[in-house]
Amino acid sequence: MKSESIKLIDEKGLRIDGRKPDELRPVIMEVGVLKNADGSAYVQQGNTKVIAAVYGPREIHPKHLTLPDRAILRTRYHMVPYSTDERKSPAPTRREIELSKVIREALEAVIFVELYPRTTIDVFIEVIQADAGTRTAGIMAASLALADAGIPMRDLVAAVAVGKVNGQLVLDINQLEDEYGEADMPIAMMPSLGKIVLLQLNGVLTEEEFKKALELAKKGIMKLYEYEQQALKKKYVEIKPEEV
Amino acid sequence: MPVHVQHRQIVVPGQLLAEGKDVEVKSQHTIYRVGDKLYSAVIGLAEVQNNRVNVIALEGFYFPKVDDVVIGIIIDLGLTSWTVDIRAPYTAVLHANDALNKPFNPLKDDLRRYFDIGDLLVAKISVFDRTRNPILTVRGKGLGKITKGKIVEIVPSRVPRLIGKKGSMINMIKEETKCQITVGLNGRVWIVGSSPLHEEVAILAIKKVERETHTTGLTDRVRAFIREELKMRGITK
Amino acid sequence: MSITPTNLRIVSTLKKHSMASLIEKGLRIDGRRLDEFREITIIPNYIAKAEGSAYVKVGGTVVIAGLKVGVGSPFPDTPNDGVITVNAEFVPFASPTFEPGPPDENAIELARVIDRSIRELRVIDLSKLAIIPGEKVYILWLDIYVFDHDGNLLDASMLAAMTTLLVAKIPKAEVKEDKNVELNKEDKASLPINNKVVTVTIGKVNNKLIVDPTVDEEQILECKLAVSISEDGRIAGMQKMGTGIFTEEEILEAISLAKNASKTLFSKINEAIKKAQ
Repeated sequence: MKSESIKLIDEKGLRIDGRKPDELRPVIMEVGVLKNADGSAYVQQGNTKVIAAVYGPREIHPKHLTLPDRAILRTRYHMVPYSTDERKSPAPTRREIELSKVIREALEAVIFVELYPRTTIDVFIEVIQADAGTRTAGIMAASLALADAGIPMRDLVAAVAVGKVNGQLVLDINQLEDEYGEADMPIAMMPSLGKIVLLQLNGVLTEEEFKKALELAKKGIMKLYEYEQQALKKKYVEIKPEEV
Repeated sequence: MPVHVQHRQIVVPGQLLAEGKDVEVKSQHTIYRVGDKLYSAVIGLAEVQNNRVNVIALEGFYFPKVDDVVIGIIIDLGLTSWTVDIRAPYTAVLHANDALNKPFNPLKDDLRRYFDIGDLLVAKISVFDRTRNPILTVRGKGLGKITKGKIVEIVPSRVPRLIGKKGSMINMIKEETKCQITVGLNGRVWIVGSSPLHEEVAILAIKKVERETHTTGLTDRVRAFIREELKMRGITK
Repeated sequence: MSITPTNLRIVSTLKKHSMASLIEKGLRIDGRRLDEFREITIIPNYIAKAEGSAYVKVGGTVVIAGLKVGVGSPFPDTPNDGVITVNAEFVPFASPTFEPGPPDENAIELARVIDRSIRELRVIDLSKLAIIPGEKVYILWLDIYVFDHDGNLLDASMLAAMTTLLVAKIPKAEVKEDKNVELNKEDKASLPINNKVVTVTIGKVNNKLIVDPTVDEEQILECKLAVSISEDGRIAGMQKMGTGIFTEEEILEAISLAKNASKTLFSKINEAIKKAQ
């Protein structure tokens, strides 16, 4: 987070992209966008665009990498070189390694891995355009892709990042708000069960601010959850039986 | 027992289906329970009947079960066994003993004479548990190498709809298209018809069932569809 | 790519059960309460050749951090600030399960969590570390090495990092002809420190929360929450780790536990620094 101060909220309380503090960016979600993968999904939030694909459960060799009583997860979060303002080298950065880990750990809580011993479930997330909120969009795309692959889960995962700009908490930050703000808190949940699967804070909040940030995040998460459910059902509702 | 979904409603992972201790659950892979509450684990169709709630998955792979008839493709050879792809998380094994009517001697004989890589076969799962890959056999009626006809693949979870109640859907398709059809429970279907045109219509009908699994009145619509397609191709019944 | 770990150390089922049932009753296998830290030893300036260093032992976990100072170019988007980079390595002999090689995802995560806590709280006032603004600034390399793994590597590493920064002595920069900068090791000063930060890691076992898990306890944890706390009680960072889930109530309870436990950690740091002077 940069130290210069930029006015991120105006006198009317609107953010630089015109949103209110508790407003989400426009969302597009599509399921089944790739031909080869067992499951896939595309998620767009504002200018952030991610694609997730799932293969599995499937065997891998060498077999000693697998576990005898459950499936393992392999997860890759990666940004394509042209997704950011400055070209990003295609080699995995420390950030991508950390995010691959936290996303994998979140998905391990969601998937019924015990049903498929000695297999791997592979989840690949590619960020094709980054405007903050890439890990939260990524984990939502991953959970839609897993559902598309027919892999049993406890719930869909809905996720959003709450930020603090000019002292005020805002929902679903964009890149400028991330860079110039005072805090950035991505959180992912299984909304039906009220369980938190991913939580990070980059920045400084008092305990009170944290509680408010959590409430704000939950509001956004419930909305995004609805969008996810609609995106999954869309494929079936649209197929109208042909009149003969 | 409060039920929160209707029969044939599309449900998604995490959706609350019903509450109550006395609710029966059939499937292990599509529904799960937390305390009193029953949730869907997949995207699927809810089935609600009296005290039973079930979810039929709309997407997904084939999970092997003993005694299932499946259609596989040979993908590798060992010394005395073949590795078979059955569209499942696990590849299957076919031992020479379970394929041939005589003992197999690897020093004098070659597995390729019987099944080679790329060959298709109708097989039955004879053994499967959590600790090992499924074991197949092709010794039995209706099992063995596939040498003619066409194969079509559908999402495995939609196979029950293709078969229909007591075979109603698949028997109708066989009759109307005059094809022999073997449905592998792993989502591969083998069709042998009196002509390629017949086979083509059968495939179109099967794909239509796959696409419209979640709708009602399907059997009649598919019958009408087949008749129309046969007419279009200049084949009269 | 992140892969489910399969080479974890084996703890017998008997031991796992006894740890879990003790925790249900509010006790740990080593006699601690659920909210207590193990014995902590901090030795500042452990490595004379480093510009700053600290040896930290928490229970059986041993971490040594060291600071080296150089001169270099600033980051393009902060031309008037010095640069600090935090790196962590888990030495292969620290645990039977550590493999030689570049830092794995756990070491990278640990370094980045520590880096963020230091950076977001502006623990060091980097703006005071420019030598020729826009061209030459101090570069601080903070390297954290884990030498023995007895659980809770993050909190021990953060203690080592914070202590190192507090006792570090930076050579004065002298600008010569042609904008060459020389560091005068005879003339040293402390780093410009604004704030102090510690992390407290809370583990979850069967709906109970424990502070400072040992390496065996880590095998029965569902998940962990690391909370960075500043000396004035603000939350300066959080990281949920592990494959389990937290409810909202558990998160709030963990933050409260962390704030309390942080007081012990701050007093340990202050004690150690005072003793060393």
